[in-house]
Amino acid sequence: MKFAVVVFPGSNSDYDAFYAASRVVGEQAELVWHKDTDLKGADVVILPGGFAHGDYLRTGAIARFSPIMAAVKAFADRGGPVLGICNGFQVLLEAGLLPGAMVRNDRVKFVSKIVPVRVDQTDTPFTVACSSKQVLQLPIAHGEGNYYAPPDQLEQLEANRQVIFRYTNPAGEVGSEWNPNGSLNSIAGICNRQRNVVGLMPHPERASELALGSADGRVVLASAVRSVMDGVRLHA
Amino acid sequence: MKARVYVTLKPSVFDPQGRVVADALVTLGYPDVKDVRQGKFFEVELADDDPATAKARVTEMADKLLANPVIESYRVEVLQ
Repeated sequence: MKFAVVVFPGSNSDYDAFYAASRVVGEQAELVWHKDTDLKGADVVILPGGFAHGDYLRTGAIARFSPIMAAVKAFADRGGPVLGICNGFQVLLEAGLLPGAMVRNDRVKFVSKIVPVRVDQTDTPFTVACSSKQVLQLPIAHGEGNYYAPPDQLEQLEANRQVIFRYTNPAGEVGSEWNPNGSLNSIAGICNRQRNVVGLMPHPERASELALGSADGRVVLASAVRSVMDGVRLHA
Repeated sequence: MKARVYVTLKPSVFDPQGRVVADALVTLGYPDVKDVRQGKFFEVELADDDPATAKARVTEMADKLLANPVIESYRVEVLQ
């Protein structure tokens, strides 16, 4: 199977994702330039972290105009698994592939550290190999990861089990002291209604080998591999 | 013809940057500052010369790109 990692001008985790997909989980992977218009036959698409287009206007706001995004949207609409990591999550929000928006972290600081992240739902292509309520140690590195959705939309997200990852303590308990950015309901990652598009602020690809401080993130890409191999079709 | 667009976070959305600026102003000796909301300002120059058309077009632009309607509201002003 094959991963495509989209490279925007300003992406900086593109090679990390490429490395994790090709060298750690050992699948084919290809970097795809944002001006390309096809995804090179990929089974899974990753929008990586970084500062696409310099984060001009708003994080992710300009990236949605990159030519490759039409192909990403068509791929997502066909049910193809799409993972947005950090800035990639912000791009998915601005592109309307995921609901909600990001605001500046509540303590107005860029936060870069390893934090516990709980997997709340395992019926997505990126969590199918996780156990329910598994707590992963994953690095975060962002200034705008404070997830916001209007109250009715937030309620919908929870009712549809679209909150996939939450910031917790190491025992998996939610609390404001464990929420690094003020995100509503401690949200670290969500999926769309069809559950094939997932976005998260933490960086699983940067925690794929013990030498990096944690290998917990490996399970996210390993999930994608299992999901494609099984030909699993998951619906809400 | 020029139009101005003012974009701010909606009142229901907490503005961490505005809060920090407000705290800084109080520290600076302005204890009467109760709150600050930070926003963005755009000046758009257009070929149109009909104010109504200009307003309609710039409003559409604000809706589609200049503001993110999930968290931000905006006001459009056409300069005569």
